[in-house]
Amino acid sequence: MNGNSIEIRWHGRGGQGAKTAALLLADVCFKTGAYVQGFPEYGPERMGAPITAFNRISDKEIRVHSNIYNPDLVVVVDESLLGAVDVTSGLKENGAVIVNTDKDAASIAGKLNGYTGKVYTVDARKISVAALGKYFPNSPMLAAAVAVSGVMDKDQFINEMRSSYEHKFAKKPEVIEGNMKALTDTFAALEAYL
Amino acid sequence: MAKRDRMSGNEAVAYAIKQINPDVMPAFPITPSTEIPQMVSTFIANGEIDTEFIPVESEHSSMSAAIGSEAAGARTLTATSSCGLAFMWEELLVAASNRMPIALALVNRTLSGPININCDHSDSMGARDTGWIQIYAESNQEAYDNFIQAYPIAEDPRVHLPIMICQDGFITSHAVMNIELLEDKEVKDFVGTYQPEEFLLNPGKPMAVGPYSVSNYAMEARYNQEAAMEASKDVIIEVAKKYKELSGRGFELFEEYRTEDADYIMLIIGSAAGTAKQAVDDLRDKGIKAGVLKLRVFRPFPADEIAAALSNCKAVAIMDRTESYNGHGGPLASEVTAGLYRNKVMIDTMCYTYGLAGRDFTVDTVYGIFDELKDIVENGAEYKQHRYVGLRSK
Amino acid sequence: MRTDVNKINEQSTHDELTEGLMIFAGATSKDFKTGEWRTNTPIFYPEKCKQCLLCAPVCPDSCIPVVNSKRDRFDYFHCKGCGICAVNCPFGAIEMVEGQVPMKKEVTNG
Repeated sequence: MNGNSIEIRWHGRGGQGAKTAALLLADVCFKTGAYVQGFPEYGPERMGAPITAFNRISDKEIRVHSNIYNPDLVVVVDESLLGAVDVTSGLKENGAVIVNTDKDAASIAGKLNGYTGKVYTVDARKISVAALGKYFPNSPMLAAAVAVSGVMDKDQFINEMRSSYEHKFAKKPEVIEGNMKALTDTFAALEAYL
Repeated sequence: MAKRDRMSGNEAVAYAIKQINPDVMPAFPITPSTEIPQMVSTFIANGEIDTEFIPVESEHSSMSAAIGSEAAGARTLTATSSCGLAFMWEELLVAASNRMPIALALVNRTLSGPININCDHSDSMGARDTGWIQIYAESNQEAYDNFIQAYPIAEDPRVHLPIMICQDGFITSHAVMNIELLEDKEVKDFVGTYQPEEFLLNPGKPMAVGPYSVSNYAMEARYNQEAAMEASKDVIIEVAKKYKELSGRGFELFEEYRTEDADYIMLIIGSAAGTAKQAVDDLRDKGIKAGVLKLRVFRPFPADEIAAALSNCKAVAIMDRTESYNGHGGPLASEVTAGLYRNKVMIDTMCYTYGLAGRDFTVDTVYGIFDELKDIVENGAEYKQHRYVGLRSK
Repeated sequence: MRTDVNKINEQSTHDELTEGLMIFAGATSKDFKTGEWRTNTPIFYPEKCKQCLLCAPVCPDSCIPVVNSKRDRFDYFHCKGCGICAVNCPFGAIEMVEGQVPMKKEVTNG
């Protein structure tokens, strides 16, 4: 893509919220005035099956309606996909991949089919369980995607997400702070590597 | 005042429906259009609109109920996809011959088989000769804009025909993108109140709808239907002009993108036109005079207008997202080449079948097609006239 | 505009026909003298009739008018001679005869 544009590909398993994360990213980037596109891989929903979702974020109108084959960023929501799916296929060498794992980047790098670009890891389970008491990987992975891609300023992201969560969880306000903590903890965990 | 928002194509159409607040919606759910009746039902449950929703047991019934309610005098719509449209088939023709200005939000999905839920145009293209106006959208924005223009076109006394507002299943229906929305009042004023001159539930003014017609009447009736379809062309353009005054977004029967001095033009329908435009920009940067003709209105078919628009290019790629199983191209290929021939525009034509059952259509595919057009014109290369793109083969 | 069915016939041009062949008028069947299609004709014998009224409701073309709780003469302008009334009459007060000749007689008598 041209100009200030970024293409992101999400890999997850049905039911983990990768599609929701892509739609949330589109939503939050829209609020910065960007042109956005967020869409799942088109197909029947099958719990646990590998799924793909996509984002295009641009300062220009987006017209392309195809899937993304040469992403700038790949987000892997489920580590177990690494053996099953070629997650770094077409990923730009000057791009990056983020993997949800408790391992460090160096030990993941070898499982990425020879990808030599930047590799980031996020322990979404640890962050989510600490913040929310349960394992919901999509909030940490969304924060990681924003942190690594730099599509928007951290503070703006945090503010916008707070208002989204306040809207989304109007009837469950008790989960708002936990989700916010998951976002800020992810930023904190990645800070040293960015 | 326009509102900037972001939503999927299905949300966009549901939002347009909410702003129009039609009288009756009979519908049966089918992927990928299910969200539309689902969202409309939610608007109704929340008291945001007072549309009467009729849950039916099949699409044959949804279209039958739509015909009945429209005849009764109610502004009516339904939504469907794929096999749902196929199941309506018989009633589609009845809706048109009874001259009922019903709106149908069609979310294009392939027809079985093999069974598949993804996008191509085999459903609406299969229904191309049922007497419905067909307008296609490139994006969620256009799906919204086209839906708001649907009733002013269909209900115009010169037309009185049903109208299908089509968008690509999943590709636009499930993709969240930016959109500019009109204010509710602007939409209501634009669409107006439905005031049919004659309708069944009109005390003291009885009428009969759909009487049996012996051979002495039926052919004349069909001709009148055809004449109304022809007349709808002007109405579609008039409504689009009015819509531009309101929204700033202009529409024609088709959009010509960088075609003015183009040597090579891709003629295409729906979301793939956006991808083609991006590819054309890239090719223009390399000095290749490429352009896109995005067909918006397939019924009525603007054959002469297309021929005129293509008359100065050297070669055209006609893109069908469906298969006619006839050995020489899809419906768009047949109709465009017929139009060119009748207008004596003797340019090279290549007919491509692409994107069947969700096969992705990328900018790289577009580059490849323009390469072939160039090869034909510059090197006299010979290709089979009817070809598949994006097909795996040895 | 309301439809005058008497101005539409099988020789009408396409622009004389209504949109969708809809008929913007009520009870237009009265204007179609379908009685001329009749090849058999019911003859009514009032002297045998007990006014049980079994005949009137079974007539598919509403050609047996009931006036003051009594059946009246046949409406031969619309009777197609199906004979259902004759079959249903328990008293032999209706007889089917070939042809439609009695039409004029009954009508002038009635």
